[in-house]
Amino acid sequence: MSTQHLNTLITGGSRGLGRALAENLARAGARVVLVARHQEALDEVVAGIRQGGGVAHGIVADVGDKHAIYDIAGEAAALVGPIDLVVHNASTLGRTPLRLLLDTECEDLERVLQVNLVGPFRLTKVLAGSMALRGRGAVVHISSDAAVEAYPEWGAYSVAKAAQDHLSRVWAAELADVSVRFLSVDPGEMNTAMHAAALPDADPTTLTDPTAVAERIIDMVRRPDAAPNGARLSAPSWEVRP
Amino acid sequence: MNAATRPPMNRDDVRLLGVDTQSGHIMHRRMHDLPDLLQPGDVVVVNDAATLPASLHGELNGQPVEARIAAGCDRRGGADHWHLVLFGSGDWHTPTEDRPEPPSVVVGDELELGCGLLATVIGISPLSSRLLRVRFNLAGQALWSSLYGCGVPVQYAYQQRSLDLWSVQTVYGSQPWAVEMPSAGRPLTWATLLALRKRGVHLASLTHAAGLSATGDPELDAALPLPERYHIPERTVQVIQAAKQQGGQIIAVGTSVVRALEGNQRKHGHLQAGDDITDLRIAATFRRHVVDGILTGMHNRDESHFELLGAFASDQVLTDSWNTAVEAGYLCHEFGDVSLLAPRGSGNDT
Repeated sequence: MSTQHLNTLITGGSRGLGRALAENLARAGARVVLVARHQEALDEVVAGIRQGGGVAHGIVADVGDKHAIYDIAGEAAALVGPIDLVVHNASTLGRTPLRLLLDTECEDLERVLQVNLVGPFRLTKVLAGSMALRGRGAVVHISSDAAVEAYPEWGAYSVAKAAQDHLSRVWAAELADVSVRFLSVDPGEMNTAMHAAALPDADPTTLTDPTAVAERIIDMVRRPDAAPNGARLSAPSWEVRP
Repeated sequence: MNAATRPPMNRDDVRLLGVDTQSGHIMHRRMHDLPDLLQPGDVVVVNDAATLPASLHGELNGQPVEARIAAGCDRRGGADHWHLVLFGSGDWHTPTEDRPEPPSVVVGDELELGCGLLATVIGISPLSSRLLRVRFNLAGQALWSSLYGCGVPVQYAYQQRSLDLWSVQTVYGSQPWAVEMPSAGRPLTWATLLALRKRGVHLASLTHAAGLSATGDPELDAALPLPERYHIPERTVQVIQAAKQQGGQIIAVGTSVVRALEGNQRKHGHLQAGDDITDLRIAATFRRHVVDGILTGMHNRDESHFELLGAFASDQVLTDSWNTAVEAGYLCHEFGDVSLLAPRGSGNDT
């Protein structure tokens, strides 16, 4: 899948990995629409991309809000045309500092599931029909090693990410015949605000820059032979090919 | 015929009246049976326009008005113009024809439409003083954000409840060009669409800016549909041409697909991919060149839509199928049952 003129929607696009993906994709010729909750941070990223000659738009919305989904999808398609690539990057840890399941409020678990699982499902449901009809499209779910490993205190986040991994596989199984590709990507440990919120004592010099991770994810999107439909991939062990 | 007063829970459970337009044979089916009524090599063409929240409530010179987007953005002349139809005070609970007249408008008037959106009137249609050409004070992301922030879908007085934006979408819609739902495609689910593909039926799409169905002004209503823009992808032209060469039938899902394809064919003498605007009006005397059959919602006999069906079947066949549908309790309007009018449209078991 070529990134030139690729109509791309990225949630959580105002910082961290989402921002890096948006900047790299726009540089590679994609038209990017970013979703984030805070206007100011979003405006800054959009302005930066436009200054570099790229095409970018920002939509202020919360992917955990049911009523925002058709607005996001409609505005994005109105601005750039039918969406070809969706990156479900927005996610929440839930309440921090992280806590044991026995100390987790049920409402906090529900909120994490809304943002990290149900929101991506809703958004894909609105966007993938058009992809299936056109026989072209890719959906990337940003996962975590917490989807596989059972780390104490990561409960709400973990179960949402594990479920999202499986959601990705089932989507892939259902839509394989109509050329819509689904990937789940573990980005590894990155130097981001989210990582700092989860593990405030981590040494940032041991963490990967999100720009390097973004480059690998874009390479996965470009190379369906190496990143087949339904795959769960690890960014740290991915080798970028020119 | 009674109207469906709420969106059906299961889209593909709606009833499907299969009508063979040649023999007049009629079959009662459900939407999910559609693959049985078509043949391998046939093409189903859908309108993939998503539905805009095209109804905006606001004020004109201090008086409450509802403005409905009548046609999407019109880029002719280099500037972005939009067309709005004005309704007086009140809301969708009152049928459009019973709504009070909107306040009178002159060029230069400004409508406040909520979410910071202002529309300056730059033209008034000779057809009706309710049909305005306007320029918005916002563009790009700011405009779309206002439309989605303060707009709601066009509502229908026969509905029990107000419709949410997700209730007026098909399962494959993308660009929000339609101001009312391309409703014939609403009962299609992906289970049905994938079953069609499995049967060897090709799926193809175009995008057509389906317009308003009612304006409250009888003269303007009589002029509907207004010119509407459409986009036909190259792949759709190829699929249709290849199928026609091999004897496949082209089935349009909804009248907007018929307008786009036949309007394009009439203009160019052949199908040509690209963007255009069609003002084609299809009457019973219309000679089709592209489309062989139509999947269509149920509409009352006095509606202009019914006349269009005359281009697909004889008066006798239409009357028989109408009477059959009424007797069997079929439901009409946007969320109602559907009918397939096509040669062999009642399936193989005739």
